[in-house]
Amino acid sequence: MSLLQVQNVSRHFGSLIAVNGVTLTVEPGELRAVIGPNGAGKTTFFNLISGFFPPTAGKILFAGQDITALPPHKRVIMGMARTFQITEIFPELNVRENLRIPVEIASGLRLRPWLSKSADARIRERVAELMELGGLTEKADRLVGELSHGDQRATEIMMSLALRPRLLLLDEPTAGMGDQETYDISRLIRRLHKDQGLTIVLIEHDMRVVFNLADRIMVLAEGAVLAEGTPDDIANSEVVQAAYLGKAAA
Amino acid sequence: MSALTRQRLSLALIWLALLTMPYWMNAVGGYTELGTRVLVLGLAAMALNFLLGFTGVLSFGHAAYFGLGAYGAGMAIKYLAPSTPLAIVIGVVLGTLAGAIIGALIVKLRGVYFAMVTIAFAQVFFFIAIRWNAVTGGDDGLTGWHRHALDLGFGKIDILNNDKAFYYLVLVLFAIAVGLMALLLRSPFGRTLLAIRENERRARFLGLPIEQHIWLSFVISCLFASLAGTLFALLSNFIDPHALHWSQSGNFVIMAVLGGMRSFWGPLVGAAIFVVLQDYVSSHTANWMSIIGLFFVLVVMFFPRGVLGMLRRKAKS
Ligand SMILES: Nc1ncnc2c1ncn2[C@@H]1O[C@H](COP(=O)(O)OP(=O)(O)OP(=O)(O)O)[C@@H](O)[C@H]1O
Ligand SMILES: [Mg+2]
Repeated sequence: MSLLQVQNVSRHFGSLIAVNGVTLTVEPGELRAVIGPNGAGKTTFFNLISGFFPPTAGKILFAGQDITALPPHKRVIMGMARTFQITEIFPELNVRENLRIPVEIASGLRLRPWLSKSADARIRERVAELMELGGLTEKADRLVGELSHGDQRATEIMMSLALRPRLLLLDEPTAGMGDQETYDISRLIRRLHKDQGLTIVLIEHDMRVVFNLADRIMVLAEGAVLAEGTPDDIANSEVVQAAYLGKAAA
Repeated sequence: MSALTRQRLSLALIWLALLTMPYWMNAVGGYTELGTRVLVLGLAAMALNFLLGFTGVLSFGHAAYFGLGAYGAGMAIKYLAPSTPLAIVIGVVLGTLAGAIIGALIVKLRGVYFAMVTIAFAQVFFFIAIRWNAVTGGDDGLTGWHRHALDLGFGKIDILNNDKAFYYLVLVLFAIAVGLMALLLRSPFGRTLLAIRENERRARFLGLPIEQHIWLSFVISCLFASLAGTLFALLSNFIDPHALHWSQSGNFVIMAVLGGMRSFWGPLVGAAIFVVLQDYVSSHTANWMSIIGLFFVLVVMFFPRGVLGMLRRKAKS
């Protein structure tokens, strides 16, 4: 069964049609990239999938269940996690606390007024594991608001991973990053995909990252699907070159 | 000295000061009742700050729950039974229940809208207290009752005539309340509140039902505010509608911000400054509130912790 099925969704903002009848199916274990020029509707599309706002038309199924009307937190509990184009973190808490919160939520402890020693130990261990994976161990006690942009991005991704998602939505994870940071984040994403078999949908402007990571690519332009296929298909597509790659090169 | 030892040391100093307060209050020109006021208003400000400082939600109507606690306690003694514990229980139940109902109606609101609606609800109770003469005593307040000695079964503690005994009763309840709040803030639940304060959007997309958690925080805050209210009424054996007035709500906010709303003990410090200034300055000039106001402005200008934090987040979003 497909993990995510987006069926013909649209989203209007007044007279503007930000997303216009988009259909997308994501299989378990797939890494799908969504590309397209600025204002194409990519982030809006993510907002529809994650429940930021409801679609004006269409239907969204997650793991076979209709989630079109579900609030965001219920989608998260079902296994959908996301990051944002502009980093969303807890700036005045340290890295450890930023990760601890989603770990506790994922363990079903969010309403707990106390913790047993063993539960506390388990949570610390998991937090340490996530910091290790994200290369954040040395920064454990630093306030996240004071970290570099790249480390903040890494923290946000690890916070999403802390939820043990089945589907991870990443909105331009390398935006605003230097070459080294971009490389580090791509490597992290590749590991999550290849080693852990995590299903990922990725919005990305950096074509090196996209063609390096993606199994399949969807191209959005003006709210609609312009093309869809393997990286080779997309690289050789004349429509895409004309409408998108050509413009980027110019 | 490590941060942890420094923290433990200041904690020990705070409790030592509170435990011995009735014995040095007179030496520094105060009196026991003044110390009790600091505890009571400090508890109310700390309760407000559970919501303001640790959940990031500003209630400008906490006088409602404080006042309901106070009236509940006074009316329980006047109309039901001459028992101090019963008065406290009834006041707390009344204030918490009101908080639970009003909270459920307003948790979807944010920022200024939330603050405005909390004021509006508080004013409703204020007018009820003024208009419902026969029961509340109206403008003149609820009189003709007083707190009663504590009956422990094997003996009585005369908290009515012995100021110090009443102080220690208040201190015990203060300690329990403050201990519970501290415990909650260190728990997974408490961390979800910090998460909401720090970044509501992030918290929601980590799987938190935000409204449910804000509601719980609001109710907990109202519970401890109404506990403070019951003690406030018992302290003066009297209660009038001022305790429900929006300016009283404002005073709690001033205490919290004055002392520092990002720190757990800040509001107690704020309450101490407030109560002491009120006591000293009001005996010299009727304009004591403008002195407090000036002091408030200076603190906000030169220790702009909260303001800075806000700007920093603005710059990022
Ligand atoms: N909440 C909103 N209200 C009104 N208009 C919106 C809203 N969100 C997005 N839009 C509009 O919808 C269109 C698509 O925006 P969106 O952010 O989805 O584009 P994008 O593909 O993510 O672009 P970028 O590559 O710049 O991030 C834009 O014209 C944008 O102004
Ligand atoms: Mg975008």
